[in-house]
Amino acid sequence: MKKLIAAFTLALSLGTLAYAAEPAKAPAGPGASSAVTAPAASPTAPAVAAPSATPAAPAAAPLPLKKEIKADKTITIGMFAIIIGITMAVVVWAAKRTKTAADFYAAGGGITGMQNGWAIAGDYMSAASFLGISGMISLYGYDGFMYSVGWLVAYITVLLIVAEPCRNAGKYTLGDILSFRTDPKPVRAVAALATVAVTTFYLTAQMVGAGKLMALLVGIPYKVSIIGVGILMVGYVVFGGMTATTWVQIIKAGLLMSGAFLLSVLVMAKAGFNPIGFFSDIVNNPNIQRHVSNLVLKDGVILSGTDAGQRFLEPGLFMKAPLDQISLGLALVLGTAGMPHILMRFFTVPTAQAARKSVIVAMWLIGIFYVLTTLLGFGAAIHVTPQGISAVDAGGNMATLLLAQQLGADIAPIVGDIFLAFLCSVAFATILAVVSGLVLAASAAIAHDIYVNVIKDGHADQHEQVMAARITSLCVGAVGIVIGITAEKQNVAHLVALAFAVASSGNLPVVVMSLFWRKFNTAGVISGLVVGTIAAIGLVMVSPNMTYPKVVAAGAQKAITALEKKQAALPPGATLDEKDLKALNKAKADYEKNKDGTSILGLDKPILKLKNPGIFSIPLGFLAAIIGTLAFPSRRSEEMFDEIYVRQNTGIGMAKAIDH
Amino acid sequence: MAERQYDWAAIAKNPKFVELHHKKSAFLFGWWIFSTVYYFLLPIGAAYAPGLFKVKVIGVVNFGYVFALSQFFVSWGLAHYYAHVANKDFDRLTRELVDELK
Repeated sequence: MKKLIAAFTLALSLGTLAYAAEPAKAPAGPGASSAVTAPAASPTAPAVAAPSATPAAPAAAPLPLKKEIKADKTITIGMFAIIIGITMAVVVWAAKRTKTAADFYAAGGGITGMQNGWAIAGDYMSAASFLGISGMISLYGYDGFMYSVGWLVAYITVLLIVAEPCRNAGKYTLGDILSFRTDPKPVRAVAALATVAVTTFYLTAQMVGAGKLMALLVGIPYKVSIIGVGILMVGYVVFGGMTATTWVQIIKAGLLMSGAFLLSVLVMAKAGFNPIGFFSDIVNNPNIQRHVSNLVLKDGVILSGTDAGQRFLEPGLFMKAPLDQISLGLALVLGTAGMPHILMRFFTVPTAQAARKSVIVAMWLIGIFYVLTTLLGFGAAIHVTPQGISAVDAGGNMATLLLAQQLGADIAPIVGDIFLAFLCSVAFATILAVVSGLVLAASAAIAHDIYVNVIKDGHADQHEQVMAARITSLCVGAVGIVIGITAEKQNVAHLVALAFAVASSGNLPVVVMSLFWRKFNTAGVISGLVVGTIAAIGLVMVSPNMTYPKVVAAGAQKAITALEKKQAALPPGATLDEKDLKALNKAKADYEKNKDGTSILGLDKPILKLKNPGIFSIPLGFLAAIIGTLAFPSRRSEEMFDEIYVRQNTGIGMAKAIDH
Repeated sequence: MAERQYDWAAIAKNPKFVELHHKKSAFLFGWWIFSTVYYFLLPIGAAYAPGLFKVKVIGVVNFGYVFALSQFFVSWGLAHYYAHVANKDFDRLTRELVDELK
């Protein structure tokens, strides 16, 4: 068995390397392939990065790239190979230790608080945080910083409400906690479905983002990137289970923190390590001033000089719908604590004290990272300029990478290349760590809740449980790859926000009530999960996140009118220049294609004005759980409350969860 | 492995547990509400009190920036305060309760 695993791992890593190296061997490739992939990446990348806060002009035609960013292929792929090599070694080591279901799902409860803290940070900070938030700061200043705050504050809920109780009362999955004093079969089935829904949304966004990022940065074709990332994530999870996933996440967090730290030092060095001077640099920077003047001009405000520079440090350049921001904030603060892949991390530590410590370690890492991100974002605005950043990617996602390349190149050109390659591999490791955690969470829900506990009534020996978990992970991973490939052209902008909305409206209310409300019962769990999840998904389906062809057509119509007017104004005989003609033809084609279309639900325009449904769906989730509970009271659930309440508070009887 | 049976209802009525429950509930929900309110002051303030956010505090750094930054320190501070109270009070009560049950 060991040899088999080793052989498989070797084959997997070689296969992936071969895939990754393939485009490098084709000299005809780079120019052509980047021309094809880069424009496609620009409209969706910001979406992946900033879930809630996608630029307000979805109807606008994708901006043609004036510039592009290309990492040095040899150095970058070399660094990818090192990461793959190290993580594969971890997998081989972890595979030997993965014998029981507890090993597979919870690393045998043998992760320390410190390790788990790093792993949580690695699990949580996706490429969206890494690239998207710094990009948002580099283009919109203060609003980007404000946006990052919610991602840290969310951990207060995790720390105070769910971390220790879950460690004390849980085992491997959300279903374990929810089925404690309820009718286990239906509850587990519904809990597993909710978990699969959340992880699928999140995974799809991550996979599509990964494919686009790799195409944009290294020129690896989209499909090859998805398959490569997919094979690696399946390899980590299937063979190494939670142990390997944990260490991949720890390695990633280490890389991410060192990358952010190094780059911040370079940025601060440029400002003479004077923070106040750094902010003056922002306000006095002519490029930032010009950029802000243009931004506020759209709102009919005229600003220039240092007034415009100062405006960059004030709110409102990006977030113009306060209710949407509050709604997103709610989804973050409550949703993080309902994310199955985050909850699962607390089953890997032996005690409640270790769970507590791990959240605190994670909070320091995540918080420091976001504070450094501010430096990177503003640093990119000063040194790369907002114009330069948006020329490469309209959403600003390349800000950090451009900054690294430029500050490195100021030392020596090769340093710029190495630094950029290093940050690309950080992005690569980031993607791997996040998707592995998601695949593991989804597999645990299917294998442990549905297969072992619903289908087999809990009668499955260790060997069978581990086998089921491995086969499920393989299938989940394969499905992830297929979805990633088919969703290439889809708008995945809303999926991250949707995952948080479902987690906060469906999962969180029932977890909290299971742990803290005596009367809570089977009917409550099911109605809460079902209503919360469906409300979140349903509201997103009628929100501005969806594509509304008639709205697109109206935008195209406007462009046609404007361009035709321009043409009419030209002297007789003259025609529009090539760029305008192209735009005109594209607008006409867009108009024809979209004028009779409707959204997926057959709507002409969004019913809900908000992009984030949390403010409605979260109360609905809570309400449904309460009504369901009161409508179908259960004496057994009430009687068993003492048990779960004592367990979750004290950890008494927890031996059951870690002894195996 | 033979599992020890506990009388959960009796433990729930144990004075030590009742004390733990009261102290913990007050702390957890009180501070959770505080941190949530403090957090939502940020987007609400940015949207409805932009004048306040523009007030310069140090050099060009304004109140809005300091307030957003304070969110980080409040979160870290609260996390450590919780760890302190939990390590000192909650864990001690739990240990005493477990010892009593032996």
